[in-house]
Amino acid sequence: MKTSRLWAWITFGVGAAYFLLPLIATFEFSLRMRRGVYSFDAYRSVLGDPYFQATFFYSVLVAVFTILLGVLLVVPTAYWIRLRMPRFRPVVEFITLLPLVIPAIVIVFGYIRMFGSSSPLPFLASTRGADALLVIGYATLALPYMYRAVDTGLATIDVRTLTEAAQILGAGWTRIVIRVILPNVLIAVLSGAFLTFAIVIGEFTMASLLNRPAFGPYLQNIGANRAYEPSALAIIAFAITWGCMSIIQILSRFAPKSANQPR
Amino acid sequence: MTEISLADGSAMQDAPPAPVRRYRLPLDWLGVVPFLIFALMFLILPTTYLVVGAFQNDQGEITFDNILALSAPSIVSAYWISIRISLASAVLGGVVGLAMAVAISRGGLPPWLRSATVTFSGVASNFAGVPLAFAFIATLGRLGLLTVLLNNWLGVNIYSLGFNLLSFWGLTLTYLYFQIPLMLVIITPAVDGLKKEWGEAAAMLGATTWQYWRMVVIPVLWPSFLGTVLLLFANAFGAIATAYALTGSQLNIVPILLYAQIRGDVLHNPHLGYALAFGMIFITGVANIFYIWFRARSDRWLK
Repeated sequence: MKTSRLWAWITFGVGAAYFLLPLIATFEFSLRMRRGVYSFDAYRSVLGDPYFQATFFYSVLVAVFTILLGVLLVVPTAYWIRLRMPRFRPVVEFITLLPLVIPAIVIVFGYIRMFGSSSPLPFLASTRGADALLVIGYATLALPYMYRAVDTGLATIDVRTLTEAAQILGAGWTRIVIRVILPNVLIAVLSGAFLTFAIVIGEFTMASLLNRPAFGPYLQNIGANRAYEPSALAIIAFAITWGCMSIIQILSRFAPKSANQPR
Repeated sequence: MTEISLADGSAMQDAPPAPVRRYRLPLDWLGVVPFLIFALMFLILPTTYLVVGAFQNDQGEITFDNILALSAPSIVSAYWISIRISLASAVLGGVVGLAMAVAISRGGLPPWLRSATVTFSGVASNFAGVPLAFAFIATLGRLGLLTVLLNNWLGVNIYSLGFNLLSFWGLTLTYLYFQIPLMLVIITPAVDGLKKEWGEAAAMLGATTWQYWRMVVIPVLWPSFLGTVLLLFANAFGAIATAYALTGSQLNIVPILLYAQIRGDVLHNPHLGYALAFGMIFITGVANIFYIWFRARSDRWLK
């Protein structure tokens, strides 16, 4: 027992060193912009850069639209599958897992070839169209996470009884989904939303290949041309990811734990 | 009315009595049509387009030439180094991730350490892409903190010893930063699922710790471990942002080659680009099929 605990501490220590060292090193490096003293100059330089502000704002906007599209797509579908078509569930689950099988670069390659300016659906012929295609692409990337989050949320409520109660009170389908189902799985939806945000905010491949002025390509460009700013950006990006994950964890405390539906 | 709808569950609020309802058209599937159209348009058709293109020539005739052309030395070497990096980072990440999961789950570490590790793993497994490359340049690049410290304190210059961040091991080491936490996040529930009774039963039958591990723990965890390793493999195989930010186009891995092909047709044959993409789907697809298979097997024990 003694040896196993010692062994556990050693494993943990080695792991912790591997994970903390890059963070410490990056932070230390980001402070070295001014010669001889530690300063936050690199952060000032990054945050004051108009391209940082523009690309970051753009990516936040894209993330918000991605989340809206994801919710619009996933909540009614997952609800309907649970309520009416449980037999169809494996098919939908399989589809939602496809983005884990097909690499993002392949998906966007297909978009470029299928939705080019001379195709029947010329998404890429206009700036707005390309923006929309980026949102769509991100929504597919986030699909596995969003679907799983919402489906887990739906498992903890009694979908059938809620629906019947709403129907008895005279609600239509749109009203049921928006006023009854959505509020009941809101925490799950928000978890999925913040995970989506964390994935989308610094995404590089799709944004770069669709030529969108997003945060990911900006990061790459800074990395190729500056010395200290990339470290500051890495710390900022880590903080954003950390923030999203913390919010998800805090939200999960409010989520109902058990399924109360009779089975 | 209520009884009917409870019994069969598909009655609408103003549904007519049962005999008439029998003639209603089965329209339930309409509810999933928007989702299916989206998946078809933006996931399945674009992929199919590339896959079909991989088996066509410029005239649209069916051919295997593009697939055969993948055997060109530069493409084979790109696939080979991609597979090696993905495999190395998946296996190493899997072993280390499992060891850490066992350490925090069974090692008698304080509980707060466990929850802190799991939270951190959630963050680190999503901390990929360009910023991760920056972090490793600041750590193990030529002027990275660790490189400099090792040189100043121990007199070890890792770069003169042959280490290079822009190489196979450099990239593998970088990928481990998201592979280990991903393994930990997925495998910890499985490790938690090892029942205490099994250990007690083994001890009662006189098993040593080593025998308990070899004959109980490893066989039970094996399918989920192997399955997750395959998931990590696919995860690394499709990743591009980290490698691109780290090495530019110096390291010839498949996603970077495909990126260059999409950008500027460096292979001088669009259909060869489709074949390259098809090869990627094929490899990640096979990895995922086995993942699902192993996962189904592991679910039997770890309920």
